[in-house]
Amino acid sequence: MSSNGTDITIIFDRLRWEEKELLDKASKLGYNAKLVDAKDLVFSTHDGIRSFGSVVIERCISHYRGLYITACLESLDIPVINRYHVAEVCGNKLLCSLTLVKGNVPTPKTQFVFSAEKAIEVASNLGYPIVFKPIVGSWGRLVIPVKDRDMMESIVEMREEMPNPLSKIYYLQEYVKRPPRDIRAIVVGDRVITAVYRYAAEGEWRTNIARGGKAELCPITKELEDVCLRAAGAVGGGVLGVDIMEDESRGLLVHEVNNTVEFRGAASVSSVDIAQEIIRYAMKVVKA
Amino acid sequence: MEVKVKVKVRCLECDRDLNIPDDAVDGEIVTCPDCGATYEVVHTSNGVELKQAESIGEDWGE
Repeated sequence: MSSNGTDITIIFDRLRWEEKELLDKASKLGYNAKLVDAKDLVFSTHDGIRSFGSVVIERCISHYRGLYITACLESLDIPVINRYHVAEVCGNKLLCSLTLVKGNVPTPKTQFVFSAEKAIEVASNLGYPIVFKPIVGSWGRLVIPVKDRDMMESIVEMREEMPNPLSKIYYLQEYVKRPPRDIRAIVVGDRVITAVYRYAAEGEWRTNIARGGKAELCPITKELEDVCLRAAGAVGGGVLGVDIMEDESRGLLVHEVNNTVEFRGAASVSSVDIAQEIIRYAMKVVKA
Repeated sequence: MEVKVKVKVRCLECDRDLNIPDDAVDGEIVTCPDCGATYEVVHTSNGVELKQAESIGEDWGE
């Protein structure tokens, strides 16, 4: 236990089931854990805060808030799950795709384009349908299956009007022919602790649980385990949600790795105590 | 079955009575079933209060 009596700090900005579950499991395992609201934190260049205990589990729902809090904590030599560079890569689809390819992880073919004109040209050359994704964001929000040039032009026009400069970076991904489901695998350290199929809700093509998708237990085959561990290793490891599509001809393709994995859907069908596994891993990181 | 004691507060938007579970922790989200306003629970020396919750940001997610 650390000198101030806290073992684990769970930093949140919107309290979800997952954060409460982590707190509960930490307490049941005998650790002194506390929830800290990120919105109350203040860091200073000249005054190091030391009240976070042995390890921090960063669980902010805002990517940038969590990312920069992680930077502040790491500057104070406080171990954070996940580390800054992992959060940076996983929170940005462009960086994540590049990192997966570099790590020889099978991933959908994706083009990155940096102007409106070129985006329309590249999309036409690729052929429709293609999938447009904002490079930052989650839960399938604003992920659009682009069916034709008219639709692409509308998307580009809309993006160009948005004030956020990231809106003008175009991430265009091949439309993978897959069953109406994907796989969410949860990697904790060097293990795939559980995996679920996520089925899209009726009338919805995205499989996100946040969009009403349903979870069903998925067997962890050798191939799945291998792909997940390679993906996790490529982005830097930690506690991660690896999202995988089953391509009809190429097999498993990793399309995303999540840094602050939501696991309520997986927990509802898995016999594995996911929160407990995360807490055990966090304390192992401290001892390492 | 365990019965959780509830604390009553009023919705800041529509004034509807909201039941806050006794074991609610700071930061817990409460949504008004009438108007849909979302709040964070805050415990103060005066008891339980509500703070307007942040709206969904572009960078929200997992």
